[in-house]
Amino acid sequence: MSDMQAYQRYFISNSQPKNYRTRSLVLDRPLAEAQPGQFVMIWLPDVGEKPFSIANADPLTAAIAAVGPFSEALCALEPGQPLWVRGPLGQGFELKGKKHLLVGGGYGAAPLYFLAKLARARGEEVCVCLGARSQAELLLAEDFREIGCRVEIATEDGSAGHQGLVLEAVRAALADFPAQTLYACGPKPMLLALAAFCKDNRLAGQFSWEAMMRCGIGLCGSCEIDEPTCDAVGLPHGWLTCKDGPVSFYQPA
Amino acid sequence: MNKVSVDLTCELAGVRMHNPLVLASGVLGTSAALLERVGACGAGAVTSKSCGPEERAGHPNPIAVEWAGGVINAVGLTNPGLEAEIPTLIDARERLHAQGIPLIASIFAPTVEDFGRMAAGVSAAEPDLIEVNISCPNVGDEFGTPFSGSVESAAAVTRMVRTKTKLPIAIKLAPNVPNIARIAFAAQEEGADAITAINTVPGMLIDPYAGRPVLSNKVGGVSGWSIKPIALRCVAEISRTVSIPVIGLGGVSNGLDAVEMIMAGATAVGVGSAVWQRGVEVFAVIAEEMYEFMAGEGYPDLASMRGIAIR
Repeated sequence: MSDMQAYQRYFISNSQPKNYRTRSLVLDRPLAEAQPGQFVMIWLPDVGEKPFSIANADPLTAAIAAVGPFSEALCALEPGQPLWVRGPLGQGFELKGKKHLLVGGGYGAAPLYFLAKLARARGEEVCVCLGARSQAELLLAEDFREIGCRVEIATEDGSAGHQGLVLEAVRAALADFPAQTLYACGPKPMLLALAAFCKDNRLAGQFSWEAMMRCGIGLCGSCEIDEPTCDAVGLPHGWLTCKDGPVSFYQPA
Repeated sequence: MNKVSVDLTCELAGVRMHNPLVLASGVLGTSAALLERVGACGAGAVTSKSCGPEERAGHPNPIAVEWAGGVINAVGLTNPGLEAEIPTLIDARERLHAQGIPLIASIFAPTVEDFGRMAAGVSAAEPDLIEVNISCPNVGDEFGTPFSGSVESAAAVTRMVRTKTKLPIAIKLAPNVPNIARIAFAAQEEGADAITAINTVPGMLIDPYAGRPVLSNKVGGVSGWSIKPIALRCVAEISRTVSIPVIGLGGVSNGLDAVEMIMAGATAVGVGSAVWQRGVEVFAVIAEEMYEFMAGEGYPDLASMRGIAIR
């Protein structure tokens, strides 16, 4: 991180569609020293800059959902075109135990793929529960299966897997997959529900939070988690998603 | 060598601090919870992020990046506006006073009259000190040359603020002026209780592969260790010229940097970008490093070091 340049230029080597509005951008080389759960700031000069989780570090890969002008511009990039990266930033996941339960809500699946690859490379068991509104919103399910993960799916409209919230898939998976740690990334309501679930079931949990990030280096305060949320999940007040997180840790007493 | 006991307390414009380390404005001062957290991490005082009359979103990203010499930023004075700021300041002050830590409220405004309105407005929240930010380098497109750019404009703002509040006021100055001491002196003559120096140094980073400035605002304020010599020179010049206390800041990231700032004449020492390098815990760490240095070198208190390098 002490390179003379603020950003490193990468080139797109492959842009693969992952669902109706999400592309996996595979870049031309690795991101050194990246841990699953960390993030990068991606900059397109004259367009903007936003945070993205790392879906793979070697080569650097990000899953981009086209939900606004900046992500649309990223998804429109073709092989050979450049983008600029600063990072890795933040506190990532830490693999604990040998049986891992990963829970992804929507685009939260992306950093979990990087985590699953690391666990599988260590020969450890991984079960992934993916939640989405509908089958069309699901992300990376096949990618997880390809690296030997068990995959459970829940959709709110029942168009794939269990009908309902991902928490139901988590309960079902735990019945015959006695995980030692739960790792989650997704929208806040999902994380709050999973944090409560971990507490009730005395299960160690690691939760990756989403927030608006501006500086990404713990100075501007934009990504502070509000105090009621901190109280609900046992985080200290003034917790910064970009620097203290994005991953928070829960260990049952 | 026998170690002496060391007293790190100081008093700034009547405000008592358990150590001289002040959270600089613009870093983590955006909420009561963050200000409280910095206080709990060992700061002697904390400064809220500069607030202006109206809500501002600030500049689009990129707004801040790290580089080899520290950080460059152009956040663009993101703030909730005066009305929303007051309850935040009251909440922060109550939490900080429970810890025995003073709150400094930073204000900015586009006009001299609005500086007066801001000073009167935030006084309702009863911060321990009001810092008057007349030197933000990142809003020139909208606001023109900062008021810190000339003796006359700095004096005009100070005079206005002085008439609108009974609380102590510190005027925050920019380093990029021909004679910063003259501006500090003018502020003192108009009733300032302290000087804060320096604000970030205007600068620019260009990505050579993009052929573009890195910040969306193109220019920004340079902070971090690369500006320390500039800050020390400014603090020394001001301290030689004025009798009011100086909050010295710019590139302070460890205890020796803080000691150097005191030796240049500062009464208190601001810490900002070091939070990026060393985490929020940096305040207690720097205080401990100061203590170690002073104990080892036989300085019993800050007064015994203050200004010794400029005599």
